[in-house]
Amino acid sequence: MASGIRDKVAILGMGCSRFGERWDADADALMLEAFNEAATDAGIGTRQLQAAWLGVCLEENNIGKTAGPLANALRLPRIAATRVENACATGTEALRGAAYAVAAGAYDIVLAMGVEKLKDTGYGGLPVRTRGVANDLWLPNSTAPGAFAQLASAYAARHGVDSRDLKRAMAHVSVKSHANAALNPKAHLRNAITEDDVLKAATIAAPLGLYDCCGVSDGAACAILATPEIARALHPDREVVTIKALELSVSNGEEQSFSGVTAWNGACIQTAREAGARAYASAGITDPRRQIHMAEVHDCFSITEAVLMEDLQFSAEGRVVHDVLDGVFDRGGALPVQPDGGLKCFGHPIGASGLRMVYEIWLQIQGRAGQRQLPRMDLGLTHNLGGHPHQNVCAVSIVGRLGA
Amino acid sequence: MTTPMPGPHGVLAAIRYLPRLRLERSAMLAQHQWMAPGLRGLARGRRSMASWDEDCVTMAVEAGRQLLQALPGCVPGTATLASTTLPFADRLNAAIVAAALGLPDNALTRDVSSSPRAALAELAAALRQPAPGTQLLLSAERRISRPASAQEMIFGDGAAAVAVGHGAVLAVHVASVTRHADFVDHFREAGQDHDYGWEERWVRDEGYLKLAVDTIRQCLAQADVAPAEVAHFVLPAPLAKVNEAVARKLGIAPAAVVDAGHESGGDLGSAQPLARLDVALRAAAPGALVLVAAFGSGCDALLLRRSEQPCPGGEPDEGRAETSYLKYLSFTGQLALEWGMRAEMDNKTALTAAWREHGRMARFEGGRCSACGTVQFPRTGLCVNPACRAQATQAVVSLADVPARVLSHTSDYLAYTPHPPFQFGHVDFEGGGRVLMEFSDADAGELAVGLPLRMVYRVKEFDRQRGFRRYFWKATPLRGGNP
Repeated sequence: MASGIRDKVAILGMGCSRFGERWDADADALMLEAFNEAATDAGIGTRQLQAAWLGVCLEENNIGKTAGPLANALRLPRIAATRVENACATGTEALRGAAYAVAAGAYDIVLAMGVEKLKDTGYGGLPVRTRGVANDLWLPNSTAPGAFAQLASAYAARHGVDSRDLKRAMAHVSVKSHANAALNPKAHLRNAITEDDVLKAATIAAPLGLYDCCGVSDGAACAILATPEIARALHPDREVVTIKALELSVSNGEEQSFSGVTAWNGACIQTAREAGARAYASAGITDPRRQIHMAEVHDCFSITEAVLMEDLQFSAEGRVVHDVLDGVFDRGGALPVQPDGGLKCFGHPIGASGLRMVYEIWLQIQGRAGQRQLPRMDLGLTHNLGGHPHQNVCAVSIVGRLGA
Repeated sequence: MTTPMPGPHGVLAAIRYLPRLRLERSAMLAQHQWMAPGLRGLARGRRSMASWDEDCVTMAVEAGRQLLQALPGCVPGTATLASTTLPFADRLNAAIVAAALGLPDNALTRDVSSSPRAALAELAAALRQPAPGTQLLLSAERRISRPASAQEMIFGDGAAAVAVGHGAVLAVHVASVTRHADFVDHFREAGQDHDYGWEERWVRDEGYLKLAVDTIRQCLAQADVAPAEVAHFVLPAPLAKVNEAVARKLGIAPAAVVDAGHESGGDLGSAQPLARLDVALRAAAPGALVLVAAFGSGCDALLLRRSEQPCPGGEPDEGRAETSYLKYLSFTGQLALEWGMRAEMDNKTALTAAWREHGRMARFEGGRCSACGTVQFPRTGLCVNPACRAQATQAVVSLADVPARVLSHTSDYLAYTPHPPFQFGHVDFEGGGRVLMEFSDADAGELAVGLPLRMVYRVKEFDRQRGFRRYFWKATPLRGGNP
């Protein structure tokens, strides 16, 4: 009988590079920057690592997708290294691979690294990529903002929300994230903005404007994991922080193709609902809005963050516009979301984002979040989404103090 | 052994199709009058303008679909595509059209080309020698003329289709004459866009008023019909007042001359004789004589007698006024604009996959589960219905003619499209099926959740590197006037 992952794996140390337009840095440099911080934090070096997972989408150093870029960048002592890719949820996938290896008892100390060097494409937004030879024959040549903008039209229609009210709530989401990132020295976008700035910005994919879209950034983030016993032995002065749940849900084509009575309504992320519910069950959480003290969700676009508040049970169905405008998810609100600035402002180097989210929880639990430190932080949630609303990967992790 | 054919032989239906965009000629003149003020005389009304994703194949498909919808149960045994601007020199364009129309794979498909009378010559031949079954004749034209030429003003983009066979015919063959002559009033070298033409007065005097008049006279004589008996006279001369002059010389009443449609669309080249025949048939009284001729490398003349059958199918609507001449230049590849790096996407088509999925691409084929009835696209091994999941139960079903509605939508200004913004969204089909689709011919602000849609066959992407284009179905708002 499977017993899950709760409290079986501890975080020994974490690191995160500065995110942004790192014109001077390649992926190797970004990985080293993140790893140096994590190694110091954990008090170990590469020789103590027994296995490593690399989460990255675009990096190559051979024919085919391998973990070679990580092994080379850190000169790993020829240990086992595995490359994982699950679109924008890749960072959490690396964490998941590493965590399950420790939970299984196969290894004592492992590394999960996520990195992406996006700013070598020459243009804004994510790179244009093929959807596969057969899919290219029929799927629209859409962009990420276009795909996520679909949520807004469907949400407004389903819940009878005035599109102007929805747009205002979306603006509030972005204003809040900019305010949080202004306090984060590693964030990509640190300028404060107003609701008016958001509403007046150029349209990218209606109704999403420029400020409804997250930053496209270079960066790396990593975690060194170990058993709770090793974590306690190496750092007796620190509170042990463990993984409570690590759940993944992947679309099976129903959202895209099924239109029957039980079909996806186009106004939510179905996989986030599945992964969230499983994670709550795994972590023993029954009232997420009260039991979770902070969340880092996949706010690739403002509307994504908004619908996720309902998908993750932080808001009641159809109520997120009110909750957002009431400030529930602001840094001083009942359930702070994206205290580090989120994808929106910390930035979104694809393979690194899932680990960057956990990094904020790690800092907050230890009281190391500087000016953006939250007063109470025992349990945090990350939600990492890869793909588009109709065809995606959703990863939800819950991380907290041992015993919380 | 042949099966007896029900009813007389003749024209069963005719349809003409114009792209939705209609370029205001005043907007064209505004750009040209500094150097070509003489275009003022032509600058009346609007010319039809193919959108970036329309070519002779897609326009022929649309005309063919409307024609077949007007003739329920009709399964043509032949499909002939006439055009001087076919997208492929070696890839049977008529076969692309036939596949999109869902014609049986043993239908005889042919491309005919090289002259503005290509389509009428085929129609006359089909009527002269009745064959078993129904013959589908399609014609489409998308000529690209040099900016500030008279042709740019006169020409329009569009298509026409005629079905010939036995049954409830609209018109029967009375007489027809064909004549070839290497009379070069204009020419276009293979692979080139632009026509080169000779002096109009010579074309009129030696071409229309001699060659065409002689051919038409022979046709009338063959039927022993006096010119004054012709009730509707179609001669698509893309020159001012030539049709009237020909009618006068022949002795055909001025009132019989069918309007060339200059102000509502323009000259459709090889499709023009069929398109104006459609206009004439709709206007003609039972028993009326309709004479249609086409000129180019010779002449064809065809005399028909109208029956009492009503004309099935509809007519083009008013379209949408377009005032951007630069958009026209860009759509016709005559103006290189800065589209940014997103336009650099390599759209190489894996021809193996295109063949494997040809039913999906050509006919919008999905599957209907024989166990639970769920319709899905694409068709896969396992039913998409979570309550079913039966394996290998997907019977082929086409979504091409199924009504649908918008589930969600956006207008995307980041994605590359030759006609920004890129509009796409989730579409739910009546009776089941959901597809993420591109919208075509939708106006700004027109898309809304629940908006009724119909499907159209269009160019999906061009592969400029290799000279290939791939087609797929797109959703367009259902409007009054459209089928």
